[in-house]
Amino acid sequence: MNSQFQDSFCFQWKRRAKISVILYSMFYIRYSYLHDTVLYQGYYAPKMASLRTPLRSFAQAPRRFYSGAPTPAAKLNLPIDYKTTPILHHTSASLSNTSEYPAAATSKRLNLYQAINSALRTALSKSDRTIVFGEDVGFGGVFRCSMDLQTEFGSDRVFNTPLTEQGIAGFAIGAAAEGMKPIAEIQFADYVFPAFDQIVNEAAKFRYREGGTGINVGGLVIRMPCGAVGHGALYHTQSPESLFAHIPGLRVVMPRSPAQAKGLLLSSIFEHNDPVIFLEPKILYRAAVEYVPNEYYTIPLSKAEVIKPGKDLTVISYGQPLYLCSSAISAIEKAMPGVNVELIDLRTIYPWDRQTVIESVKKTGRAIVVHESMINYGVGAEVASTIQESAFLRLEAPVKRVAGWSTHTGLSYEQFILPDVTRIYDAIKQILEY
Amino acid sequence: MSLKLLTRGGLRSQPITTARIVPARRWSSSISQPPGSDSVRFPGAVNSKFTSEMAFLKASDLPAIPTYRVMDSDGRQVDKKRPAPDVTNEEVLTWYKNMLSVSIMDVVMFEAQRQGRLSFYMVSAGEEGITVGSAAALTPDDVVFAQYREAGVFQQRGFTLKNFMSQLFANSNDTGRGRNMPVHYGQNYPRIHTISSPLATQIPQAAGAAYALKLQDLQNPNRDPRIVACYFGEGAASEGDFHAALNIAATRSCPVVFICRNNGYAISTPTLEQYRGDGIASRGVGYGIDTIRVDGNDVFAVNEAMKEARRLALSEGGRPVLIEAMSYRVSHHSTSDDSFAYRARVEVEDWKRRDNPIIRLRKWLENQGLWSEEQEKEARDQMRKAVLREFGAAEQEKKPSLREAFADVYEEITEEQREQMTELKRILETYPDEYDLRPYKDGINGLD
Repeated sequence: MNSQFQDSFCFQWKRRAKISVILYSMFYIRYSYLHDTVLYQGYYAPKMASLRTPLRSFAQAPRRFYSGAPTPAAKLNLPIDYKTTPILHHTSASLSNTSEYPAAATSKRLNLYQAINSALRTALSKSDRTIVFGEDVGFGGVFRCSMDLQTEFGSDRVFNTPLTEQGIAGFAIGAAAEGMKPIAEIQFADYVFPAFDQIVNEAAKFRYREGGTGINVGGLVIRMPCGAVGHGALYHTQSPESLFAHIPGLRVVMPRSPAQAKGLLLSSIFEHNDPVIFLEPKILYRAAVEYVPNEYYTIPLSKAEVIKPGKDLTVISYGQPLYLCSSAISAIEKAMPGVNVELIDLRTIYPWDRQTVIESVKKTGRAIVVHESMINYGVGAEVASTIQESAFLRLEAPVKRVAGWSTHTGLSYEQFILPDVTRIYDAIKQILEY
Repeated sequence: MSLKLLTRGGLRSQPITTARIVPARRWSSSISQPPGSDSVRFPGAVNSKFTSEMAFLKASDLPAIPTYRVMDSDGRQVDKKRPAPDVTNEEVLTWYKNMLSVSIMDVVMFEAQRQGRLSFYMVSAGEEGITVGSAAALTPDDVVFAQYREAGVFQQRGFTLKNFMSQLFANSNDTGRGRNMPVHYGQNYPRIHTISSPLATQIPQAAGAAYALKLQDLQNPNRDPRIVACYFGEGAASEGDFHAALNIAATRSCPVVFICRNNGYAISTPTLEQYRGDGIASRGVGYGIDTIRVDGNDVFAVNEAMKEARRLALSEGGRPVLIEAMSYRVSHHSTSDDSFAYRARVEVEDWKRRDNPIIRLRKWLENQGLWSEEQEKEARDQMRKAVLREFGAAEQEKKPSLREAFADVYEEITEEQREQMTELKRILETYPDEYDLRPYKDGINGLD
């Protein structure tokens, strides 16, 4: 570890109040644990050297110690083991057996940021209309998603912008209106709000108001890292998907895994002619590793995926909480033999695949919606209400929402605020026993 | 560690071992300071000299940026020694007729709104010289982003009276498909993006569009390079989007000309409450943008500045230019505004009498023997008749079909929208007396 190198990065970034702990630990881990198989907990490594040793001792059993380790007796709230979770493709065979991925493709094990990088590289190669830009994108991005792209494709197509979110969004809209495929990056979803006017009043309404001129911003994709990482507090944690899902004209997408991220991102860029808000759960950037096809492929938008079929209850979620749902379902199926829970990944939050969800709930009669962002007016409200309207006679229990409490993500309280395996387990149990 | 990371991080990030191997790199770096240097190359301001005199730069000590003009208010060339404006008589006459046509349409439509035949209107009285003069310097392939008081740009770029009226009445010939408020015109070619109400949002979009044109023109060197022209008022320039746009346009070297119409008011707010600097022009240089202030009532000055701005914008691989065109909003802000609630009638009357782009150009044309009282009378008469004719036709035209309320939100109508259209149709069928579908094309079947 070259501490001088590390210091200089921090020095450089300190002009940005918003880049704080996360980045520091990102680079700490990049250079000190590069080949460590447990990048996951390394991601949260605090900078104090004195803590390095205990960190390494957790190498075999991932532990969250940044905001309170699980109690020794914990059976549910154990850290997600991304190496064994059933919802990642741990073998290339598992990937090519999934109908949505190209069967004959060669594939490579990638984490989420590498998969995004691969998608961006594919997009830049496929069309010279594709441009990639945002704050600190040129040197590779603070999460490494645009790594090496400027070297490969030149600074005309991959570049830094000044530090202005409304400028980035407006610039992207203008470029898209003239036929480009701009892939704009907002450094953290928490900082998208200065661009809210541009996204809501301009991007979303562009095709509608242009009408007969036929001009639109269909080539536009705005990427942003979202979600909790354990220590992001108020402004490195948010997931604003429901705010965008309220706006007709936008497609809102959140992948759960590397292979899915690449397919959905390429689909957003090339297969759909509407502006897309692409939210990337940043906790998965290094944690989630799976086989990803090397070639160009797409996964359709507005199409949910049944990850695990079941007959007794439907759990609907998207993004990182799917891993928590998967753990909770395993636990409940062990605890209640014979119970079989269906797990659905929405993938596209809006316009969403209502049919897949309704069909599932008509079959199971019970539903739970899980998401990280706050419960009030969240995606769960829309999903629950639609289920209630469309499957009322089949429902055997109320639709339950498990989501972030209606508060902000105070640094010390994250584990108590966001949904965890225990809360999901408890909700499934309650609804099954209703 | 890649070399790229090293250079970006500056020398502090360079491992000492490397520095020893190639010490020259260290000393040739931007951080070094030769002995006795009168400046240090701070990365944020590389050419700044040291001074031991502690003196604040006072905005009030700086002279106001001058206003460029070619002809005076009597329609005579100010500087007799310079060559006459480089325009043909036909061109000038077209400009004049376009300015006149817009101003006649303004009077008719303002009245029509007052009679309740139109929901809303905004005139551009006093600013016809800025819009027509600048648009005349563009090629048809150039792209325009406008605010809303730029009818003259549309007129100059081929928008017909029928186009204007169809939009104002939101009928089935409106390119906006009846979705936008009146005066929110749009045209595919020559491209003028459909106007949207949120102020200043078009300014960063113009930067992005200009960047797109630059890349496309680089990729296809056979075509003539294009620029983007972006219009906005001095009030809109207070929005964050103005700041974002000028900064990003400068750092990305975008071929865009920003044209600020400084007419003294943003609704009721006079410029003294809008800013305390030297107008909008003084800000341009702060962003490293070539800037000029022109007399907006002088169509020649505007046109010349725009021509040169266009040339500059395409030079050196592309760069932004700022034009601040001064004028006075002689009209109310809109039909929803009575401007005598916040400014004296006498001030307005004074401006109307003192100076006006149309009268100034008319005097010029008369001085040149290109225009006469009879021609004026005949042209006004014809234009008024043409406006009324298109007005009547547009008013009679049906509104677009109800389907257009849902279409174009996405490229395809979504499954959810289809369900809602079916539900709306059911409501309309169940309660036929509650809704008047007669003005809409295809009536209830417009939802199929």
